[in-house]
Amino acid sequence: MFHMLQDLGDYIRAAFVQEVEGTAVIKGELTLAVQRSSLVKVLTFLRDDAHCQFQQLMFIAGADYPEREQRFEVIYHLLSLRHNQRIRVRVEVSEEKLVPSVTGVFSSANWFEREVWDMYGVAFTDHPDLRRLLTDYGFEGHPLCKDFPLTGYMEVRYDEERKRVIYEPVKLAQEFRTFDFLSPWEGYSGPQGLPGEKKKKNHAVGKK
Amino acid sequence: MAQVNTTFTLNFGPQHPSAHGVLRLVLELSGEVIERADPHIGLLHRGTEKLIEHKTYAQVTPYFDRLDYCAPMSMEHSFVLATERLLGVELPKRAQYIRVLYAEISRLMSHILNVTSYALDIGAMTPLLWLFEERERLMGFYERVCGARMHANYFRIGGVSRDMPKGLAEDMSLWCETFPRLIDDMESLLTENRIFKQRTVDISPVTIEQAMDWGFSGPMLRAAGVPWDLRKAQPYEVYEELDFEIPVGRKGDAYDRYLVRVEEMRQSVHLMKQCLEKMPTGPIQTENKKIGPPRREEMKSSMEALIHHFKLFSEGFHVPSGEVYVATEAPKGEFGVYLVADSTNRPYRCAIRSPGYVHLSATDMLARGHMLADITAIIGSLDVVFGEIDR
Repeated sequence: MFHMLQDLGDYIRAAFVQEVEGTAVIKGELTLAVQRSSLVKVLTFLRDDAHCQFQQLMFIAGADYPEREQRFEVIYHLLSLRHNQRIRVRVEVSEEKLVPSVTGVFSSANWFEREVWDMYGVAFTDHPDLRRLLTDYGFEGHPLCKDFPLTGYMEVRYDEERKRVIYEPVKLAQEFRTFDFLSPWEGYSGPQGLPGEKKKKNHAVGKK
Repeated sequence: MAQVNTTFTLNFGPQHPSAHGVLRLVLELSGEVIERADPHIGLLHRGTEKLIEHKTYAQVTPYFDRLDYCAPMSMEHSFVLATERLLGVELPKRAQYIRVLYAEISRLMSHILNVTSYALDIGAMTPLLWLFEERERLMGFYERVCGARMHANYFRIGGVSRDMPKGLAEDMSLWCETFPRLIDDMESLLTENRIFKQRTVDISPVTIEQAMDWGFSGPMLRAAGVPWDLRKAQPYEVYEELDFEIPVGRKGDAYDRYLVRVEEMRQSVHLMKQCLEKMPTGPIQTENKKIGPPRREEMKSSMEALIHHFKLFSEGFHVPSGEVYVATEAPKGEFGVYLVADSTNRPYRCAIRSPGYVHLSATDMLARGHMLADITAIIGSLDVVFGEIDR
C-alpha cells in the first residue's frame, strides 16, 4: 500500500506508460486521465493489483463541456476497502465516439452506464442492456447536455376530452427567466481573476 | 397432456404498497419462481441534477432534502461538505457537533421507517404503530431546530442555519433514555418471531464478493460481513472523537440486514448522547462573512451586514474552480456528491451517487430463483426510497 496518493499515481503511471495520460492529486483526491481504448485494461488492473485493490466501483458520472473538442467526460470513482483509498478515472469522448463498457469488470457499472447514456447520449460498447433508465418511455434527447433547455421540449397533461394523458410541446405562460448575477464589473476575485472578465470578452466578440 | 409453457410476465407496481414508492418491476415467472427481475425506475425523476446547475450554491440544499425524504439532513450533509471542501472553509466545533447530532437523528428516522414498514410488508403491523410515535418525536426535534419537520434546509454551507433553542438538548437527553426500551419491545415482536424469520432468513443472501462487485455500501455491505463504515474509515466532522461500534452480519440475507439496522439504531442513540454531552458552546457557522450570512439583529444596525445579506441571497458566493467527490455514511449507505465548480456562483456539475440506486440495480441478482412472495421481503430489505433513486 502507498501512503502518499502521488506515489500510487506514479506506480500506476509506470505500469501503463502509454495508456495513462496523466495523474494529478488535487484536494487530496487522485485522478487518472486514461485513454478510452484501454479503459477496461486499466480498471481491471486497478481492481486486481495488490497495491491497488480498488474492488468497488462506487460511481460513474458524466459531464458535458461543449466548448471542448472531446465534448463529454465519463468519470469513474473507485474505492479500495483494503487500503481505504479512493481513485478517480477520467476518460474523454466526443459525440460520435463510443466508450467501452466496464460491466464485465464491475457489475455495478450496469445502471451507471445506462444513466450516462440516458442523460448525455454517450454510448457504451458491449453493454448488455443499454436502454434508457430515468427518463420517460419514448423520451427524446439527452437532458443533462448543456444545450438541452431546463424546461425541456415536451410536457404532459391529462386531457379531459380524450380521457387520456397527452404529450404536447412546452408552452410557457411567461418567458423563462434566468437571473445572471455575473456582472462584468464586480464580484469575487478568485484565483482565476474576476469571474465576469471572461464574459465581458465573450460579449465583445458577440458570443454568449 | 402436452407440456405448456409456464413462464409468464408480471408487472409489480408502480402502485404496489410494498414497492416503497413508484417502482415498476417487470418479473418473469416460471410458476411462482422468479426467473428474471427488471426494475423500471424514473417515474419520480425530477431532474434534480439539471436544476442544481441553474441554482446558486445556497439554493441547492433544499433539493437535497427531497432526495431521501426519510433522512433529509443526511442528504444535505454530503453537499455542504463538498462545497466546503472546495471553498476551504473551517467549521466551528459546535456546528460540527450539531450536524453529527442531526445526522444521527436522521439515521434513526430512516431506520425506524425501514425496519417497521418492512415488518408491515411481511405481515407484522404492531412495530410500525409502536415506533412511529417515536419517529414523530424525532421530527419534532427537526421542527424545533429549524421550523420544518421534513424538508429542513438546516445544514448550510459554512455551518447550520440557527442554534438549538433552549431546552431542546435536555428533551433529547430524556428521549435517549426512553427510546432504547422501545427498540427492545420491537425486537421482542420480531427478532425471534417464527413467522418473521421464515420470511427473512436465507432470503437473498449476498456474499462479500457479490457485495463488492455490485458496489454495495452501508447496512447492505455490513450485513454481508464487511466491517466498513465511512464514519470510522474516513471520518468527517467529529466522528473521530466519538465512540461507537459497527455491527456486521454473517450471511448478508434479509434477516441480517434487519439485525444490522436495529443495532445501528442503538449505536445512533449512543452517538446522540455523546454529542449532547460533548457539545461545546460557541458560534454555529463560519466567521467568514462572505459565506455565512449575518444574524438578523446585526442587520438592523450594521450597513455592512445588510450588504452581505443582500449579496449572499441574490448573487451568492463564488466557488473556486475544482472538483471533489465527497461521500458520507447516509442511513442507506454511501451517499456521494461529485461536484464540479467553475469559479462562478453556480455548480457546473453536481452528480449524485445515491446508495438506493446501486442496491436496486442488483435486484435481478438478489431476486433470481426466489418465490414471488419473497420479492416484497427483498425490496423492503434493500431500504429503497425513490426520492434518491430517481433524483
